[in-house]
Amino acid sequence: MTVPGFVFDPERFLRNGAGGHGRRLGLHYHAHGLDWVELALPYSEEQIGDPASGVIASGPILSMMDMATSMAVWLKLNGFRPHATLDLRVDYLRPATPGKTVIGRGECYRLTRSIAFVRGTAHDGDPADPLAHVAGTFMAPEGYR
Amino acid sequence: MLPPYADLLGLTVDPDLSDAAPVLIMPFGDDVLGRPGFLHGGAISGLMEMAAIAALQHALAAEGGAKESRGRIKPINVTVDFMRGGRDKPTRAQGVVTRLGNRVANVEATAWQDDPAKPIAAARMNYMVARG
Repeated sequence: MTVPGFVFDPERFLRNGAGGHGRRLGLHYHAHGLDWVELALPYSEEQIGDPASGVIASGPILSMMDMATSMAVWLKLNGFRPHATLDLRVDYLRPATPGKTVIGRGECYRLTRSIAFVRGTAHDGDPADPLAHVAGTFMAPEGYR
Repeated sequence: MLPPYADLLGLTVDPDLSDAAPVLIMPFGDDVLGRPGFLHGGAISGLMEMAAIAALQHALAAEGGAKESRGRIKPINVTVDFMRGGRDKPTRAQGVVTRLGNRVANVEATAWQDDPAKPIAAARMNYMVARG
């Protein structure tokens, strides 16, 4: 008898389980596919990093992309495994526009026995005009498979 | 000195160390929680980002007084290495300006809990600097 595997549902995960820092930032579900997920970060004056311009700090964008890429790994697996971010690099292509919601898309493009390779972009309305690009790796101590 | 995002993270400046680049302290709590019982990697990164900017402001102020210290600082990129999980205790971070050029600054920051020699995370950042 085959036991049905646990299917990872990012929308349900974020509805019931997105507490902590994600909730503090107002992060929520936007969309997902087979190996990618999009989260939304609404503009908040509490997240301003440059008071002179009203542009939010880079930290909230990094937080969102860490979560989006992490969830993209579980989507690629179609299941949940405990894992930790090994490293994450963010290139800030341009400042986020004050007042606009930032959409972050994370993708898992390669999985090995214990390492997941991820990448993603963030935009604030036009996917063709991204404001950040990220690349990183996750590691599953007990292995992904 | 620190922007609203530092308040969101609950950051304070360690009052014991006023001469060197500021050491920032982030309390543990629900607002910076990731998986149960551990800090969110993004919150640790945000703490290091604020420490890096504080170090850069400190270096700009030391370089040329009040006018220079108003220089605008824009992030170009950040690379974060996560070394161990952040536990239920205060986290500290400090930035080190490795080069302050005319237009670009290179800054490194580490975050630790018990022992500065055993960081929980480290970051390298490049910033554009526009002097005021």
